[in-house]
Amino acid sequence: MFDLDLWREIFQSINMNRTRSLLSGFTVAFAILLFTILFGIANGLQNTFTEAFGTDANNSIVIFPGRTTKAYKGLQAGRRIQFKNEDYDYIKEEFGDKVQFITSKVMKNVTASFRGEQNNYTIRAVHPDYMFIENNKIKEGRYINQSDIDNRTKIVVIGKVVDEDLFSKTTAVDKYINLSGIQYKVVGVFTDDEGYNEENVIYMPLSTAQLVYGNTDYIDFMHLTYNPEMDTDQALAFGNLLTKKFKKRFDVAKTDQRAIRVRNMAAGTKAVSQMTFGLGIIILVIGFGTLIAGIVGISNIMIFIVKERTKEIGIRKALGASPRSIVSIILIESILITAIAGYIGLLVGVGVIELAGPILEEYFIKDPGISNSLVIGATITLIAAGTLAGYLPAKKASRIKPIVALRND
Amino acid sequence: MLKISNLHKSYPIGDSSLHVLKGINLNIEDGEMVSIMGSSGSGKSTLLNIIGMLDEADSGDYILDGLPIKNLTEKKAAVYRNKFLGFIFQSFNLINYKNAIENVALPLYYQGMKRKERQKQAMFHLEKVGLAERANHLPKELSGGENQRVAIARALAANPKLLLADEPTGALDTTISYEIMEFLQKLNDEGKTILIVTHEDDIAHMTKRIVRLRDGVIMEDTFVNQVRAGQNV
Repeated sequence: MFDLDLWREIFQSINMNRTRSLLSGFTVAFAILLFTILFGIANGLQNTFTEAFGTDANNSIVIFPGRTTKAYKGLQAGRRIQFKNEDYDYIKEEFGDKVQFITSKVMKNVTASFRGEQNNYTIRAVHPDYMFIENNKIKEGRYINQSDIDNRTKIVVIGKVVDEDLFSKTTAVDKYINLSGIQYKVVGVFTDDEGYNEENVIYMPLSTAQLVYGNTDYIDFMHLTYNPEMDTDQALAFGNLLTKKFKKRFDVAKTDQRAIRVRNMAAGTKAVSQMTFGLGIIILVIGFGTLIAGIVGISNIMIFIVKERTKEIGIRKALGASPRSIVSIILIESILITAIAGYIGLLVGVGVIELAGPILEEYFIKDPGISNSLVIGATITLIAAGTLAGYLPAKKASRIKPIVALRND
Repeated sequence: MLKISNLHKSYPIGDSSLHVLKGINLNIEDGEMVSIMGSSGSGKSTLLNIIGMLDEADSGDYILDGLPIKNLTEKKAAVYRNKFLGFIFQSFNLINYKNAIENVALPLYYQGMKRKERQKQAMFHLEKVGLAERANHLPKELSGGENQRVAIARALAANPKLLLADEPTGALDTTISYEIMEFLQKLNDEGKTILIVTHEDDIAHMTKRIVRLRDGVIMEDTFVNQVRAGQNV
């Protein structure tokens, strides 16, 4: 029930002790301000890291072949490792349950032309899974599918930049494009959130490229994503297992670091999540430390207020005030000061973060922001803090015996 | 109205205890005006505090208006105090940041009365003590006599059965003291039961019955011819 008279009593009391209320509120406001700014900065740092990893699937593993640097099993150092389709099949068979998407990749540079427009591009010959690994979105038409792979169809899917370069006057889908002398049908246009470099490429079915460029079953490298249900440690273990198996498969010395290279995003993800976690803990500790200091400050002042108002509380009790009404006066006053001061701190903190945002971006802090859930959480914390700060003094006040209170004049 | 039998009270002092009230028997009827006299340490204030439910007796019975007052919870004591008793103190005990009318309305607030009704009632009682035009003044802006009148208005506000006054004139000069006593006599004439603790003989003789306390026992309990305060003013 909203008790207007109770609030009147409380505002009268706060008003009576304006300086004191202001000072005690300042501690809490400052604590929340500090907490907000720290939290915003941590958020910004996290955003920077997340962005550094791009929009590619962040559970990806890339396996590159290289040259051996050590002689092993009678084979000389300097031998070139060549991946083939059978290696791709091997991963699918051996680790099917650990792999989410997988593609082989062959890269070629070509000159593309269409009706007099001409430019140089990179071809990426891939499997259909590649779309999910790269997080591409189809703008028009379709993507490479399994039947393209099976039939070695001469089709391509082009990036948005290629589309804009060559097909400025018409739509690209269903047109034939000339890639270094061979005609391919454009079946789709894709976009990629990472922008120009990722949209300035042409995708082709892997089998088509293998047929056209030398009729081999060679693969430049393989790109896969691990099962997202695996945690970071499991993913790291999987990466190590892949390395080991491939070294064995290609008769590479265990200590040879160059012949088979496995780039596992899980390592980076783990480092970032550990760092973010550590940062979060530090901020929580600092934030809560300041908040506790604020609570102790308010609690102290409330105890002082109760002491000072002992006589008044005695009078009220003599006039028929119940212990509960005494508790609520002290408690609500404490909550009110804490909540209002805390909110001012929060608002100022958000304001500072908003204003300083563009400047902070130079220092690897991107979009420092405070989420709604944090604001709600802070509100609950503030009310809880005020209750905590006011509880002991309020309890103390309610135990005041009117006779004792009235005697001390 | 008030029945006290074999009341004992002692306070612990270090390891020993001080026996303050040693078996008090006292009956007060409706409409009486009684003064309790005694030197300091006689136990008169302790008796008043027990009657006022601000303190509790160790043993003995205390029946107020047919209700036994014993082992009350804080909450119940608060309700009884509010309903049955009006307090008047030597040092007025007004709340210093509330103006006269707010002070008078406070017992009514604890009764749960609506604000409008409260203001009306408080104003009525302020008029009764002749301070209607001072309703919006703070205690520090009023004289001692005026403050005590505000306190009386506050004691009357909840329409209690019994008025308890602890040295009501102790902080006032003679003229003002008699004014206050005249007012209390008028209230008694209207039928209010009043109990006054005092150590001043002239004040005691303005009541109708004097109870003398010494060392925790009643030495003397006599009905006297009331001196009307108005004659002395």
